[in-house]
Amino acid sequence: MVVRIKVNDDWREAETWPGASLLTFLRDRLGLYGSKNACEQGECGSCSVWLDGTLVCSCLVLAVQAHEREVRTVEGVTQSDRLHPIQEAFVEAGAVQCGFCTPGFVVAVADLLQKDPHPSPATVREALSGNLCRCTGYQKILDAVSLAAARMGGQT
Amino acid sequence: MEVLLPHSLDEALAMKAERPEATPIAGGTDLMVDLNFGRRRPAAMIDLGHVGELASWRQENGHVFLGAGLTYATIVSEMPEFKPLVQASRSVGSPQIRNRGTVGGNLGTASPAGDALPVLAAYDADVVVRSRARGERSMPWHAFLTGPKKTALAPDELVIGARWPLLRGPGSFSKIGTRNAMVISVASVCLVVDEENARVKVALGSVGPTILRATEAEQQIAAAMASAGAWQDPSITIPDQELDEFGDLVAAAAKPLDDVRGTAAYRRHGCRVLARRAIRWALHERRLPAWL
Repeated sequence: MVVRIKVNDDWREAETWPGASLLTFLRDRLGLYGSKNACEQGECGSCSVWLDGTLVCSCLVLAVQAHEREVRTVEGVTQSDRLHPIQEAFVEAGAVQCGFCTPGFVVAVADLLQKDPHPSPATVREALSGNLCRCTGYQKILDAVSLAAARMGGQT
Repeated sequence: MEVLLPHSLDEALAMKAERPEATPIAGGTDLMVDLNFGRRRPAAMIDLGHVGELASWRQENGHVFLGAGLTYATIVSEMPEFKPLVQASRSVGSPQIRNRGTVGGNLGTASPAGDALPVLAAYDADVVVRSRARGERSMPWHAFLTGPKKTALAPDELVIGARWPLLRGPGSFSKIGTRNAMVISVASVCLVVDEENARVKVALGSVGPTILRATEAEQQIAAAMASAGAWQDPSITIPDQELDEFGDLVAAAAKPLDDVRGTAAYRRHGCRVLARRAIRWALHERRLPAWL
């Protein structure tokens, strides 16, 4: 069936197998490879996107369920050629090693800082509890969140 | 495969009547895993995501009705006065999972590890189901949950929600797992005090083929509180040996298995520890005016 989704402000449509996930649709039909495919069971958060402004694992949403709705992916966190302040903070804090989890973390951090521009350490940990990183040990990711929050000062 | 996209409950029930083999999908946090791994290939699915009637809750005639489509994130933000339910909801998965997963999904999947289920059991909730042909019916949670991943739902029915009588009294939900997030419960306990009827209600998750109530423990602790005079006067302390016996009786009510997440012995021990904590929290909370 044909699914039509507003992705990062542009309406896109493509044919899909009805059982395909939104993640598969974004990657294999729309060529948006920022959202990563790792666990396919909602454990790792690498495929995090916004569906109508709500943070979700795109592997657990049917592409069809996003039909006629709005999706924002990691490719849409910044409109300009420059990195988003969260991405800059990840680079500077050394929060990126292999990088596979990074897009999911960037989306989850952006979601957090939209709702809570100056989160407590406990709030950050809970907000990122659905994103796994096997390289960094998380401390540098937490450092990156503090850095991004300080720099953004409430601006998204 | 086909995905049906109803925009109202009536439309969804009509589709379910015509296609009883169709699998309902809401948050997708269970079903999508099976689809992604090729474990299930339903001939048809009905997406309940646009059925607004299911995604609400209300209080009516001394009861609470919780719509099947309400997400755990919504419960956490909108239902703070239902503390055990909020605690259970907040312990489900991760923010991403709580933004999608629904109580209807816990009911439909009927896993003994579904974290909302011990809360519904402790509340003595009825499960409300509906079909186009026969309309609405409701049944106690234990009549609905007939076994591990088995329910009394007829093929042409959809889960509409759960309904329980409003209770006055403290309560809690706690669970054991390897992390604070993204964990399938190894054991869970929901304890609710019903001040009106001088009862304590205890439900266990992940330690049996379905959710269990620890009825002997419930009776023992209520009687201990009665003989101490604690129902009338919450400041009266309950002897430690009564609390220990309560823990032992809760542990005895568990029917756990050894599996990859834990041994039966560990689960039983976990029930004892969680139950003793839960009753101490409740007795402490009874002394505070907050829930009055």
